[in-house]
Amino acid sequence: MRIDCDIHPGLEGTRATLLPYLDAHWQEQVTSRGIDGLDLTSYPTTMPLSCRPDWRPERGKPGSNFALLKAQALDGLGASYAICNVLYGAQAAFDPYLAAAFCRAINDWIAAEWLAREPRLRASIVVPMQAPDLAVEEIERLAGDRRFVAVLVLVQGETLLGRRHFWPVYAAAERHRLPIAVHSGSQYRTAPSSIGWPSYRLEYYIAEAQAHQAQLLSLILEGVFGKFPGLKVVMMESGVSWLPAFMWRANKTWKGVRVEVPWVDRPPADIMRDHVRLTTQPFDAPPAQADVERLIEQIGSERMLLYASDYPHWQFDGDCAIPQGFPASLVTRMCRDNPLETFARLEAPA
Amino acid sequence: MADVLERADAQGAAAVTAQDKLKVIDCDIHPSLHARADLYPFLAKRWQHHLETYGGHLRTPFTSTTPYPRSSPLLARRDAWPPSGGPPGSNLAFMRQQHLDPINIEFGMLQVLDLLVVSQQNQEFGSALQRAINDWQLECWSRPEPRLKPSILVSQDHVEAAVAEIERCAATGNYVQVNISPRANEPLGRRRYWPLYAAAQAANLPLGIHVGGYGGHAPTGGGWPSYYNEEHHSNAHSMAAQLTSLIIEGVPERFPRLKFVFIEGGFGWVPAISWRMDKHWQRFRDEVPHVRRPPSETVRERFWFTTQPIEEPEHAGDLRAVIEWIGVDRLLFSSDYPHWDYDDAHSAFKIPLTDAERRKIFNGNARAVYALG
Repeated sequence: MRIDCDIHPGLEGTRATLLPYLDAHWQEQVTSRGIDGLDLTSYPTTMPLSCRPDWRPERGKPGSNFALLKAQALDGLGASYAICNVLYGAQAAFDPYLAAAFCRAINDWIAAEWLAREPRLRASIVVPMQAPDLAVEEIERLAGDRRFVAVLVLVQGETLLGRRHFWPVYAAAERHRLPIAVHSGSQYRTAPSSIGWPSYRLEYYIAEAQAHQAQLLSLILEGVFGKFPGLKVVMMESGVSWLPAFMWRANKTWKGVRVEVPWVDRPPADIMRDHVRLTTQPFDAPPAQADVERLIEQIGSERMLLYASDYPHWQFDGDCAIPQGFPASLVTRMCRDNPLETFARLEAPA
Repeated sequence: MADVLERADAQGAAAVTAQDKLKVIDCDIHPSLHARADLYPFLAKRWQHHLETYGGHLRTPFTSTTPYPRSSPLLARRDAWPPSGGPPGSNLAFMRQQHLDPINIEFGMLQVLDLLVVSQQNQEFGSALQRAINDWQLECWSRPEPRLKPSILVSQDHVEAAVAEIERCAATGNYVQVNISPRANEPLGRRRYWPLYAAAQAANLPLGIHVGGYGGHAPTGGGWPSYYNEEHHSNAHSMAAQLTSLIIEGVPERFPRLKFVFIEGGFGWVPAISWRMDKHWQRFRDEVPHVRRPPSETVRERFWFTTQPIEEPEHAGDLRAVIEWIGVDRLLFSSDYPHWDYDDAHSAFKIPLTDAERRKIFNGNARAVYALG
């Protein structure tokens, strides 16, 4: 059994795809104002990373062809389930009502045109974090549909995810046993790191790892996991190899200045092992297998990693998305047990 | 010290003894002004007046303290306040007594944080301040205590003035590096900063990048954090991002003799960012054709990292793996005296080091990088 925790169906565009799922007001707005082309700047569809060459459709955007996705991501990679994370830019809009309307449309589209056609597919709920109350509404609207198994947010937003104004979102997610999937990608509000705006997309993509780390610190130090003990967070497309050194520094800094955050009553690394999961592609690891094994040991838990292909992004070649050097016991856990524990709404097959 | 000895095993105790005999080069010591007036002998009347009337102009909310309240007053060790008065780091005799002599310091690299000249928004004022600070380091610290080596501190965002200051100071032959901030207006790899690197290379001085400064950008890609805990950690992220910027913009290739020293950012993050750069460089090579070889190779040849705040893995032995991944030749001991997260040369490393490793990290590597003879 193999559960692929991160695949990306492509969405052609607002007018080409979403119109039937928008209400009359937004249909008119989209048409009269030409509100289209919200593909995220983080993932230009034409760059090599955005689609493996042999997965690129002849026409249309990467991941947009249902038959290809089924043949390549599900049959080709042997997925028992695959979780769809749509990265069309509703999450990055400034207008909170536009964002909410587009999120609704995206969720209804993925349910009608993907989940309904393929029983192995599941999806994350796309929510407008620009307006946390509207994000909660969207979670509540879809919570009855068990095919939605997570809540998807971008790793670089307007404010850090631990902040109190987001807590109602986490309360709703916890109530409905939905983990928060924090995926690489940016609203482009602030530079990707403290040093400012980089020149190259390569730099931007490398910096996603630090954005994920900053979000983990925020969630932990603001006390989100103390307040919502049932909540899990999945860092998606974050890379993995930074995790041990990050845990050490988080522990050390917390030890030094924990007086500032007295509600954090145990080392951050322990909290991460209980509440945080990471998907395994891209696996930005050392070339030598022995070093991979050392790194896995340093993580100190076989529960944290979740198998993912990141289809159709070009992270690996061939038909096996499991990185070299992983011990067999970990492979079993990351493909089956860990996803089932993390995405609690996934039914284990009989 | 007693606490450290109790914790050390037999091998550790032997190492402590060996350490006692080893002369240490400390790559991060913070001298401090006793009062602003210390600078006045080196600062024109016009700027003395400006300092007293308008003060510094930094992109932070408060005039007289840091945006994130620190863990101790002036960031300092509680025992570092000189008995004679004045702020920690302001009294040379006390610094000798508390740090330089007991740690057996052979050389110490001065890193001045006062008035944050690297981040002053009024660039003319910043230029006057940097000149005064550089003169003050030499006259008030390095001349009376030759073990202490001054750095040419410049505000990277007034490139023209910075280049002139590098040339002025380098001509004296007294300074050991050029210091800039990792929190500049733009990433340090961008072309606007290249004249600085040309000047540093021409002067045969390494480029030191010490954490801190206010570049106007949020400390994280997700916005402004709430806590000092997060802000402190984000220093390591700044360093990782600058390592990326410098390499991906092609700075080491463009300035083949320039050495880069990352100061007070720790080093545990270096292996992972190196692997990550290599992995994604493969995929983006046609975006950056000027980067001709795997970034990790450039890290291993051109970049050095000071050791404080020392990494503390959950299993101490994992520090061994990190050192091997980075290369023992890349690490330079630093204490961060007199700050609260000071590392003691005797006890910072919680694993046994061989004598050869110890000689490199605590002395030989820095001696070579800074050409200390």
